[in-house]
Amino acid sequence: MSHDGAAALLEVRVSSKDHVTAGGRSLCVLRDLQFTLPAGRAGAVVGPSGCGKTTLLRLIAGLDRQYRGSIRLPAGGRLGMVFQEPRLLPWRSVVDNLRIAAPQASAATLAALLARLGLAEHAEHFPGELSLGLARRVALARALAIEPDLLLMDEPFVSLDAALARELRGEIAALIDEKKVTTLIVTHDIREAIELADRVFLLSTRPARVGATLEIGTPRRALTKEAADALQREADAAIEAMRRR
Amino acid sequence: MIRLLSIALLLLCWQAAALFADPRLLPGPAPVFAAIVEQAQSGALLVNLAATLARVIAAFLIAMSLGSALGYVMGRRALLDRLLDPFVVVLLNLPALVVIVLAYLWAGLTEAAAIGAVALNKLPNAIVVMREGARALDARLDEMADVFRFSRAARLRHVVAPQLAPYIAAATRSGLSLVWKIVLVVELIGRSNGVGFEINMAFQLFDVRLLLAYAIPFVLLMLGVETLLVQPLERHVSRWRRSPARGQGLV
Ligand SMILES: Nc1ncnc2c1ncn2[C@@H]1O[C@H](COP(=O)(O)OP(=O)(O)OP(=O)(O)O)[C@@H](O)[C@H]1O
Ligand SMILES: [Mg+2]
Repeated sequence: MSHDGAAALLEVRVSSKDHVTAGGRSLCVLRDLQFTLPAGRAGAVVGPSGCGKTTLLRLIAGLDRQYRGSIRLPAGGRLGMVFQEPRLLPWRSVVDNLRIAAPQASAATLAALLARLGLAEHAEHFPGELSLGLARRVALARALAIEPDLLLMDEPFVSLDAALARELRGEIAALIDEKKVTTLIVTHDIREAIELADRVFLLSTRPARVGATLEIGTPRRALTKEAADALQREADAAIEAMRRR
Repeated sequence: MIRLLSIALLLLCWQAAALFADPRLLPGPAPVFAAIVEQAQSGALLVNLAATLARVIAAFLIAMSLGSALGYVMGRRALLDRLLDPFVVVLLNLPALVVIVLAYLWAGLTEAAAIGAVALNKLPNAIVVMREGARALDARLDEMADVFRFSRAARLRHVVAPQLAPYIAAATRSGLSLVWKIVLVVELIGRSNGVGFEINMAFQLFDVRLLLAYAIPFVLLMLGVETLLVQPLERHVSRWRRSPARGQGLV
């Protein structure tokens, strides 16, 4: 394995990743999984539950170095991550959570970021006083506060109600466009991926590899319902083909 | 309010018992209070209380800092835990008196021996509590700190310390009471001042009045430390907990 920085793009080549189960058996989760994502673009990884999406994200984040292959991060290599659960420090206020993660950011920058995500009046609250939707926003604000070279998000909309998920999705799409940060989102919802990403990587079942890549030509903002429907049909066909193979 | 009432009740019982008992065995509150005033006026009370308190603080700080550091690394490193655990078990089961007498025999009747012996008695308890705390640290927050490249200082202050705070408070609670009890024994055996030394004098003179005149102010002093220092500190570090959770499970 190697894990080095400095590249104009995110380049992932994992030849194999095994988990050792509690019973001592080895479980191959990822095999020959490769993809690249140009800097400044948003990619989405879509795959069935349990196929290894979180595992992949942990490899990219450098939290797990037990794998064979190589991963190159975009130049700079600063990571912002939104975990599947918010993982805030419950004993620090919202604004302190941002400040601790991003000590170099000015107070004005943080205040602007909080206001941008509708969190202005929650700045002094503790995470325990927030709803899940708000806590997710704080986790997103924290990841953006460090001005990352790569933003990783693991199922950022899971267990939010549909309206809230749509709202947050719109905000994330706008922020990606605004900050031009290289972003990789993990989700199991193809529609979500199509609406957010420039490139969608469809994973096969375990052991996962990239079974098909979907290029979303039109910019996020201009994507019509018809175009999205067409892309979704394309994705469904690709998934069907993967399954039959 | 209820506390005051229960203290008044205790005084009343004491007075009642003293009426029927031999005044040499159990003097009433009034003579004991007079003895306290007497000792305070001569300056002896303050000197001895200060000597004992200084020993309590020194032994407590040594045991807590050493115990916290050792307990923390033992909770985080399984190898070190296996290596050091037998020593902890031995210390935990070694009678306080054995440690004290050995310390005096090996290091002489010195201040260092006295404080060291007390600290050594408290040490394994601090290690065990802090090891529990270190084992309970949230791995998910560790990962978060890794990804966001928290500095060592930020990690200790914002991630680790708040999680250990309840364990530190628990170790402090049980530690303070343990330490001051052992300090009295150490003073009784090998020191020439302090509350323990005065209690030894009272024992030799068969003077229960004097004994109580030293014991009661010291208990009150430790009670004051607990309510005025330990409890407010505990409330301060756990204030984030009391905010009512409106949302679902977090972290
Ligand atoms: N630490 C681990 N030890 C052993 N097996 C693991 C470990 N972590 C994950 N696995 C297994 O690896 C597989 C992939 O897990 P992973 O969490 O990456 O899936 P996922 O695609 O994120 O799933 P979901 O969509 O449900 O979140 C699963 O079968 C899981 O049981
Ligand atoms: Mg997952």
